Amino acid sequence: MSQIMFNIPKEENMGSGHVACPGCGATLSMRYALKALGLDTMIVIPACCWSIIDGPTPSSVNKVPVFHTAFETAASTASGIKAGLKAQGKDDVTVLAWAGDGGTFDIGFQALSGAAERNEDIIYISYDNEAYMNTGIQRSSATPYGAWTTTTPAKHPKDRPKKNLVEALAAHHIPYIATASVAYPDDFIAKVKKAKSIKGMKFIHVLSPCPPGWKSAPENSIKLSRLAVESKIFPLFEIENGWRYRITHEPKDVPVKEYLRLQGRFAHLTDKDINQIQKEVDLNWKRLKMKVKLSEEDEKLLAEIANE
Amino acid sequence: MDRVLNKNLQKYFNPETTEEIKVIEGTHSASYAVKLARVKVISAYPITPQTSIVEKLSELCANGEIPAEYIKVESEHSAMAAVIGAESTGSRSFTATSSQGLALMHEVLHWAANARLPIVLANVNRALAPPWSIWADQTDSLAQRDTGWIQFYCESNQEVLDMIIQAYRIGEEVMLPVMVNMDAFFLSHTSEPVALPKQELVDKFLPPYKPKFKMDVADPHAFGGLAGPDSYMEFRYRIQEAMEAARELIPVVAEEYNHYIGRYHGALLEEYRTEGADYLLITAGTITGTSRLVVDEYREKGINLGLVKLRAFRPFPTEDIRRIAKNVKKIGVIDRNISFGQSGIFFSEIKAALYNSDVHPLLNGYVAGLGGRDVVPQNIRDIVEHLMKSEKGQDLVWIGVKI
Ligand SMILES: Cc1ncc(C[n+]2csc(CCOP(=O)(O)OP(=O)(O)O)c2C)c(N)n1
Ligand code: SF4
Ligand SMILES: [Mg+2]
Repeated sequence: MSQIMFNIPKEENMGSGHVACPGCGATLSMRYALKALGLDTMIVIPACCWSIIDGPTPSSVNKVPVFHTAFETAASTASGIKAGLKAQGKDDVTVLAWAGDGGTFDIGFQALSGAAERNEDIIYISYDNEAYMNTGIQRSSATPYGAWTTTTPAKHPKDRPKKNLVEALAAHHIPYIATASVAYPDDFIAKVKKAKSIKGMKFIHVLSPCPPGWKSAPENSIKLSRLAVESKIFPLFEIENGWRYRITHEPKDVPVKEYLRLQGRFAHLTDKDINQIQKEVDLNWKRLKMKVKLSEEDEKLLAEIANE
Repeated sequence: MDRVLNKNLQKYFNPETTEEIKVIEGTHSASYAVKLARVKVISAYPITPQTSIVEKLSELCANGEIPAEYIKVESEHSAMAAVIGAESTGSRSFTATSSQGLALMHEVLHWAANARLPIVLANVNRALAPPWSIWADQTDSLAQRDTGWIQFYCESNQEVLDMIIQAYRIGEEVMLPVMVNMDAFFLSHTSEPVALPKQELVDKFLPPYKPKFKMDVADPHAFGGLAGPDSYMEFRYRIQEAMEAARELIPVVAEEYNHYIGRYHGALLEEYRTEGADYLLITAGTITGTSRLVVDEYREKGINLGLVKLRAFRPFPTEDIRRIAKNVKKIGVIDRNISFGQSGIFFSEIKAALYNSDVHPLLNGYVAGLGGRDVVPQNIRDIVEHLMKSEKGQDLVWIGVKI
C-alpha cells in the first residue's frame, strides 16, 4: 500500500472548500486529475454537479482557470480554448474538459464525437456517477441496467444496458482512451499523466460513486469503486489508437452481488436479476479479454506489414 | 445622374485608403473583413447561403493569407461554443451562420454575451423552415433580440466588410458580441464592387485584442460559476450598461473608421432625404436601396418623403427615432420579418420607442418580402400611397400576399 501512495504527487492543485457531498467520487477524481496535470491546465466544466462543487462565482476550489460552459459544450468549448491558446503560441497548456455522464454520454455526445473525430488536442475526463445528479438523480444512458433513479422508479427500473461509450470512442480511433477509478489512485494518475504526454484527443472514463444518487454510505465510496473494478463491472484498461487494448489491473473474482448489495439503487433486484447481471458482466469481461488478444494479433500483423 | 454616380464611386474608391477593389459577393466581403481584422480563431458550420463565407475562409486559411486556427466543427452549436472558448483565452474569434444555424446557436448566443465575449458573427438573414426556404428574411436574427448581442443590418457588400471590422472595435471596447447581418442572396450572392482597405490603416483603426479578463494559467480565475439572487442581477445591469455605452460608441467608431478608411455608412441609423419630410419610410437591409429610388421619385414630384435606414437594432436608436419623428406626419415601417401574434419586429420597436416621446406621428407597419419575395419599387410606391392616405395608424399591413 505504501508503495502505491508513493507514486501520488504531493501537490494539492484542488484546494479546500468544495461544496460536494461527503463521499463524492467526482470530487476525489478532480483532486487526482489535477495532481497529475499540474498548474499549466485549464478546465472546462459544463452543467453538472461540478458546476456547483467548484464554488459560487467568483470563487473556485481549483488553483487553475475554470470556464463554466453550457451542458452540451464541454468538448466544443475545450476545442476553442485550445485553438485560442494555440493561436497565441501557448500550446503547452493542457485543456481539460471535465463533464458528468449526462454531459458526455447524452447531451454532449455530438460535440464529443466531433472533437474526437477532429482529434482535438484536449483531455476529456467524464466522471460517471451513472445519472443526472445535479438535477436530482434522473436516468442517463450511463445508468446501468436494473438501477433505480427518479425517472426509472423501482417498479420500472432501467431496462436498457449502460451505453458503452468507451467502445463508441474507440470507433473514433483517438490516440488514447482509459478507464480509471478513485480506488486505484496510482493507476488513475499514471493514466492522466500518460494522456497529458500524448498529442490529440484523450478520453478518460472514471466511475464516480455518488452516495445520494446510489443510496450508498459515504464511507463506502472507495470500497464501491474497488468492488466495481474487482467484480469486472468496471474493468481498468486502456485503448490506444482505437485498437490496442490493455488491461491495467487484473481483477479478482468478486461476485457482482457484493457491489450491488451495498447500494440502495439496486435494492429491488432479486437474486435472479443479480444472476442475470452477473452473466452479462462475465460475458463483457470475456469480450474485453478477446479484444486484448485481438490487439496482440493486430500488433503482429502490423509488425509483419512493416517488415514487408 | 452623373453627379450621383461619381459620388457613389468616390464612396467605394478612395485610392488613398484602398488596397484593391474586388467585385465580390457579400459572403466573400465578410471573409475578407475577417482577414483584415486579423482574426485568430474561426469556427463555423456550413449552411446555405452562408457557405461561401466558410469556403472562402477555408481557402484563405489554407493558403496562409489568414494565419488563424480554423475549427471545422460538427454543428453551429459547437461553432459558437468553440469561439466562446477561443475568445475566453483572449484570441479574436469569428463565426458565421444563417437561419436554422443561428436558431440552433440560441442557447450559446446567450452564453457569449453573458460571458462578455466580443465574438463577431456574420449572419446571412434567411427564412426559417418549414416550409424550407433559403431566401431573405430577417426573423432569424431578430428572434435573437434578447441574447445580449449588438446587431447591425447592412445594405451593401461594402457595408458588410466595413461593419465586420467596426464590430470588433465596438464589441471589444464594451465587451459584448456583435452580429453583422446581410440579406440572403440580395447581398450574400450578389457581386458588387468592394474596396478592401489597406491593412496598415485597418491595423491603426483596430489594434490587437487586449481583453480585461481572460483564461490565463498565470492568473487563474473561475468564470461563470453559480451566482445567487443576491449577485446575478448586477451582472445583467452591467450588460445593459455596456449596451448603453455601445449606443454612444457606435457613432464615434463610425467617425473613426471614416477618419482612417474614408468611408461612412451612418451611425445607429442613416437618414436619407429626411430634411423637411412629411412622410417617412423606415427600413433595414436591402429593401433600403429600393426605397431610396422611390424616395427620389416622390421628392421629384414635390412630395416630401424621407427614409431612415436602421443600422443598429441592439442597441436600439431610440433617441434618434424620437428626434426624427418630431417633424414628420406619418411613418411607414417596412419589415422583412414578423413576430407572429404581433407585427413586424422593427415596427414594434419603433412604436415602443415613440410611446414615451412627446410627439406621436401616425405609424403604419408593413410586412413585405418574407422568404425572399422580391420587394420591387412598385411595392414601395404602394406602401407610400397607402401611408399618405392613412388616417389612422395600422400595426400590420401585408404587402403582396396572394391570399
Ligand atoms: C440544455 C440543458 N438542459 C438541461 C439542463 C439541466 N441540467 C443541469 S445539470 C444536468 C444533469 C447533469 O448530469 P451529469 O452530466 O451526469 O452530471 P452530474 O450532475 O451527475 O454530476 C441537467 C439535466 C441544463 N443545464 N442545460
Ligand atoms: S450528488 Fe453525487 S456527484 Fe453530486 S456532489 Fe453529491 S456525491 Fe458528488
Ligand atoms: Mg452524472
